Amino acid sequence: MTTVLEQQTIQDEFKNRMNEDELLNCMRCGFCLPSCPTYITSGYKETHSPRGRIALMKAVVDGLIEPDEDFEKSLNQCLGCRACEPVCPSGVNYGHLLEEARDIINQNKKHSLPVRTVRKVVFDGLFPHPNRMRTVTGLLGFYQRSGLQKVARAAGVMKLFPESLATMERVLPKVPTMREMKNRPEFVPSQGTTTKRVAFFTGCLMDTMFLETNNATMKLLQLAGCEIVIPKDQSCCGALHGHSGEKDGSKELAKQNIKAFEDLNVDYIITNAGGCGAFLVDYDHLLKDDPQWKDRAVDFKNKIKDISQILYEADFHKKVKLQLPYQIITYQDSCHLRNVMKTASAPRELLRAIDGIDFKEMKDADRCCGSAGIYNIVESEMSMQILDYKMEQTKATHATTVVTANPGCLLQMKLGIERENLSDKMRAVHIVDVLLEAVVK
Amino acid sequence: MLKEEIRKKLIAVVGEENFDDSKVGRLAYSFDATPNFQAMPDGVVSPRNTEEVSSLIKICNEYKIPVVPRGTGTNLCGGTCPTEGGIVFLFKHMNKILEIDEENLTATVQPGAITLDLINAVEAKGLFYPPDPGSMKSSTLGGNINENSGGLRGLKYGVTRDYVIALEIVLPNGDIMRSGGKLAKDVAGYDFTRLFVGSEGTLGIITEATLKLVPKPETKKTMLALYQDLEAAARSVSKIIASKIIPTTLEFLDQATITVVEDYVKIGLPTDAKAVLLIEQDGSPEVVQKDIEKMTDICKSENAVSVQVAQSDEEAEQLTTARRWALSALARLKPTTILEDATVPRSEIANMVKAINEIAKKYDLNICTFGHAGDGNLHPTVPTDARNKEEMERVEKAFEEIFIKAVELGGTITGEHGVGIMKAPYLELKLGKEGIAAMKAVKAALDPNNIMNPGKIFAKDSRKRVVVGK
Repeated sequence: MTTVLEQQTIQDEFKNRMNEDELLNCMRCGFCLPSCPTYITSGYKETHSPRGRIALMKAVVDGLIEPDEDFEKSLNQCLGCRACEPVCPSGVNYGHLLEEARDIINQNKKHSLPVRTVRKVVFDGLFPHPNRMRTVTGLLGFYQRSGLQKVARAAGVMKLFPESLATMERVLPKVPTMREMKNRPEFVPSQGTTTKRVAFFTGCLMDTMFLETNNATMKLLQLAGCEIVIPKDQSCCGALHGHSGEKDGSKELAKQNIKAFEDLNVDYIITNAGGCGAFLVDYDHLLKDDPQWKDRAVDFKNKIKDISQILYEADFHKKVKLQLPYQIITYQDSCHLRNVMKTASAPRELLRAIDGIDFKEMKDADRCCGSAGIYNIVESEMSMQILDYKMEQTKATHATTVVTANPGCLLQMKLGIERENLSDKMRAVHIVDVLLEAVVK
Repeated sequence: MLKEEIRKKLIAVVGEENFDDSKVGRLAYSFDATPNFQAMPDGVVSPRNTEEVSSLIKICNEYKIPVVPRGTGTNLCGGTCPTEGGIVFLFKHMNKILEIDEENLTATVQPGAITLDLINAVEAKGLFYPPDPGSMKSSTLGGNINENSGGLRGLKYGVTRDYVIALEIVLPNGDIMRSGGKLAKDVAGYDFTRLFVGSEGTLGIITEATLKLVPKPETKKTMLALYQDLEAAARSVSKIIASKIIPTTLEFLDQATITVVEDYVKIGLPTDAKAVLLIEQDGSPEVVQKDIEKMTDICKSENAVSVQVAQSDEEAEQLTTARRWALSALARLKPTTILEDATVPRSEIANMVKAINEIAKKYDLNICTFGHAGDGNLHPTVPTDARNKEEMERVEKAFEEIFIKAVELGGTITGEHGVGIMKAPYLELKLGKEGIAAMKAVKAALDPNNIMNPGKIFAKDSRKRVVVGK
């Protein structure tokens, strides 16, 4: 519950902090409606559309409505996929408005004790600390390898959790050992002639739970003629914080990352997670009011590139022979990779270049899968409805391989496959893993 | 606030889940795509079928509560803004394409069906539904019918009106009536189908429509012509029509629009060009080829500085870039974008554009004009800022002059956006006192309690107001 006093503070903060120009920029034309997954899934509720949400934010600023529970619900149910941005004639930066609004609500609202504890652990205690991320992933590894997983499953412990979490437990990848996670390289030379020098943004989840995918990423970069620097001082990108109303936390992480990458003399900074990449290219907006950091943030942002994009630009698919046994492959866009980093054709072109396979576009591949950070846990019901639609489209392609470009999407698609009992017929993989698999040695 | 008694009655019809009078729920339907209009409804209902619409409207009629039918609220005349409160009717449940009849070439739809979904569905069967309003990706057919929407293909194919052949209507007293049929010929009584098309929700609620379809054209070709002289572009338009070619699309962009578009998309448009014509023709390949050649000759003979004909779909896409980005480029200039649709006989296009430019100068405004040159339907657009009251006053006055000029030239105050509340004060310019009186008589006969979308079409007072105020 939000108290009346909290509502008043939130309303005042909306007046002070929300960007009025940006709010007015929305001309309410409704062109965003068909692109919004929650508008569609909610049965066409305007309160669950981008236009509606912007109108609600503006109405709070104008004092027409109070920021009550319904208002919060409308904002909470937004995936933040930003599919509304590319279709907006006025170019409204919806993502920025949403982040600001969520930050205001979160900073001025007293959460219940359990929620507060979870948030504190996740945002302050876990993600900003690579060593702790390793420890937690290590624990998961212990759980998986020690037989505890079998015991827990047999005892029905997972039944105590919400359905999506319980299924999630089944689809988590086999995690690497502590030793594998700790012994990470800081420099990797190219194979053959060096054409580019790049830095690799490893990401917290990618460098623990999806370590193999990070290794594959570096391997592909090597093959593409890149020498790779992996600065040790890098941290979590801060997206999780930013999207959940913990803006200050994300600013600190941004500064740490800018510092870690700025003197490396590299052409690009490579990411393999659309969600991280999109947040990294937004650092200039995040730090726009900080004179000491804003220019450095612009330099940083200008170097960010997704792995698919750099491979495509380096003609990797033309220089390296790619081949796989016959299978139908389909691609699910990472919303942030597509809508924010504007990388949509590169991954498709790379996949099409694989000999022996059939690439089939699924209907609405550009619509969110419902993962959206921790959305699939906190807004489970809506997320699962969105996932059901996604699985319908996936199945219609008869694909046996679903390719994604972001860890959240990857887990969500694995979850979808598990929920449909298709684990023996269909797999979900990160694009770099399937590309490395296709490299003819 | 709704009385508890009325609230209960409405809920009894549609169920709790289809009734909303929360503040947030009402706020979300307090506006449409028209700048500067906002008013809270008292409640929002989502009926599931015609019978529910009838029951709901009876309750509203009994208590004399305003009824505002709404599709997706993409109109530009304030048509769905509940300026007098009341109940907003949504058609999100009644959104099916009921039938595509390939023998009679018709489609029967519910009002909430999305325009583009219908277009795609019929094209998959080799058929064609031509009306293509700019908002077709999100607009509903019910909304299109009520506003009599136009689009880019209006010159050759006409507008929504030309494709509606039968309606199911719920009248304000709750009666359910049907007009028209799957018929090319039908003269049984007054043509209520035509009366309801473009009635802006002021006469009753359309709950089902049968639309006429045509065979899908075999091919389409696109060309683009640039001019250093506005008159030359206008003469090209007239000459094309005079030589008995009716292109599908004949779009026009003026210099101000070209400059704004080029600034934004940087596709190498010459910003010193005074006018651009985008022309498309569809039909059988031979006819299309012949027409495009003929039109190329005409444009050249009228001193077009460049004429490009697309050789592939990709090239066609490129040529249409400028026109497609016009609205976006304009919308990004300033927070508020006011887009009007004054329309003149096509022979008066050059005169109208010149008049608009003079009016812009007089009121010191940046008015960019683009639009459908082929059917005389122009979109003078002002990028402005609703917070700047002084400038908004000037915008107001400029548009008033534009409307007066359009009517003087034998045109109209609105070609495709509708009157709504935005242009109600100007309707008399077009219709005269007598015309308004006759229309009011029709309205009073069908809706004696004035519950249907009150305040729209007919101005309450003679105070002229286009864009200022709430």
